[in-house]
Amino acid sequence: MTALLAVAAVSKRFRGLVAVDQVSFAVPPGAIFAVIGPNGAGKTTLFNMIAGAMAPDDGAISFAGEAIEGLPADAVCRRGIARTFQIVRPFPALSVEDNVTIGALQRHHEVEAARTQARSVLHRLDLFDKRHRIAATLTLPDRKRLEVARALATEPRLLLLDETMAGLRPTETDRMVEVLRALNRDDGLTILLIEHVMRAVMALASHVLVLDHGVVIASGAPEAVVRDPAVVQSYLGAEAV
Amino acid sequence: MARLAAGLSPRSAALLGALFAVLVAAPFIINDYLLTVLIIILYFAYAGQAWNIMMGFAGQLSLGHAIYLGLAGYVAATLYVLLGVGPWLGLLAAIPICAACGAIIGFLAFRFGVAGVYFAILTIAFAEFARIGFDNWKFVNASSGLFLPVKQYAHNDLWRLRGDPTMFYYVILAATALLFMLCHLLLRSRMGYFWLAIREDEQAARATGIDTFRYKMYAVMISAAVTSFAGVFYAFFYNNLFPEQVFSISRSIEIILGPVIGGVGTLFGPILGAFVLTGLAEALNSAMTALGIDLPGATQVFYGICLLLVVAGLPDGVWPPLARRLGVGGSKK
Repeated sequence: MTALLAVAAVSKRFRGLVAVDQVSFAVPPGAIFAVIGPNGAGKTTLFNMIAGAMAPDDGAISFAGEAIEGLPADAVCRRGIARTFQIVRPFPALSVEDNVTIGALQRHHEVEAARTQARSVLHRLDLFDKRHRIAATLTLPDRKRLEVARALATEPRLLLLDETMAGLRPTETDRMVEVLRALNRDDGLTILLIEHVMRAVMALASHVLVLDHGVVIASGAPEAVVRDPAVVQSYLGAEAV
Repeated sequence: MARLAAGLSPRSAALLGALFAVLVAAPFIINDYLLTVLIIILYFAYAGQAWNIMMGFAGQLSLGHAIYLGLAGYVAATLYVLLGVGPWLGLLAAIPICAACGAIIGFLAFRFGVAGVYFAILTIAFAEFARIGFDNWKFVNASSGLFLPVKQYAHNDLWRLRGDPTMFYYVILAATALLFMLCHLLLRSRMGYFWLAIREDEQAARATGIDTFRYKMYAVMISAAVTSFAGVFYAFFYNNLFPEQVFSISRSIEIILGPVIGGVGTLFGPILGAFVLTGLAEALNSAMTALGIDLPGATQVFYGICLLLVVAGLPDGVWPPLARRLGVGGSKK
């Protein structure tokens, strides 16, 4: 099976600092693929390069067989990669429904059709009852869900989630895990996530990649990766095992 | 019509209808002085609405809209004075010229990442270029100004925009109503939603797949194109154009006071703001005249006080809280 997303020897430098160093991996279609690692490991930089927010200095990124490295963010989104931000950024003065409708307008040219699509996405993320609320007035968990809803409304084939669980209570995390699993199972949505919440990673991911100082230090099935001595030392700490 | 009615609650439609009916009937009730005041109010409502497309919808602050007012006025007036071409044909020439001018400014800014206050400064700079350029351009009489021939007309000539205040009043009323409908449609269109997204968070808008460069360009060009009518109207209403006046930054500022006071990004804000500001300023002027007080600049001071009060007390403008009270919505959309 060919990869949906293939990252090949991608590097990014900021002045002298190498944030991402020759990282390679492949995400097969239908997978839930997690990227973990300590703060400053280069996870978000890697995400930004995939999503088109910044261009890699070296390396190649291909999506569904086409090169996408260096494309602008909007073009990447229209090809089928949607993202959320680590620090949530919904459109604050707009209603929940309008936020998601804007996402749906990428695939639907009629506003009414987009609104219908937005409503079905809002149902899936338990935001339908809050659809008339102004985004700025939502709680953090709701804003996080709203970001996922807006991204999903663009009907992506690959969803990039940047620390969607951070700041959620365990019950909220479990709910989000459930939603993401359903999207993966029912719609065949491929998910690439950056996550610190190991509870969510272990529950969701079929494959885990560990970054430290911009370098891949481990990659494989979650159960194997969390026992890897290098991962325990650099990231999880001995007590986590 | 169905699309126009969509999104208007029966209450807002009734309110809108009543307001329009009162405005249509106004010339039969009020005297010529008040009619002139209404013309000025509607001119500001129109120009403010046109500016609002760029700032209120797409979040791009222009402090140099005088460039479109001035260019359009000069294009139409020059064609009229030199070739006898009527203002409506002049407007057809002014629209593409203003849109192209907006496209140049927009392209330079958006291609090279000039945003926020720097974008605003760029718009001022272009208006200043135009002011200095026209001030030295002999073909349009440079700083001596351009004058449209004023004669007594036996009857109103709508085609040449020569006539009494009643004619000018109905022209600007029709234009303001049309622009209101256009803005209503724009705001409910796909492009309107993309503009709001860009206004709210440009990076998030891009991540949502919106080609922000393209939609910002559309906003600037559409705003510039519709502003051109206000420029032509102004030229034919006042019959004179001086570069120092038409391109001055105070022209740019005075048209944005209405929407700022009424509510940036709302459809009613620019109209309400124009009524509040110009209406109160004229009332102040008449009161001072009646009392025999002569204070030059009092209007400007008054504008300043209004602006201070609104910014401090109602940062979203007068319309959103008023709309909630009237029960016709009032969200920032």
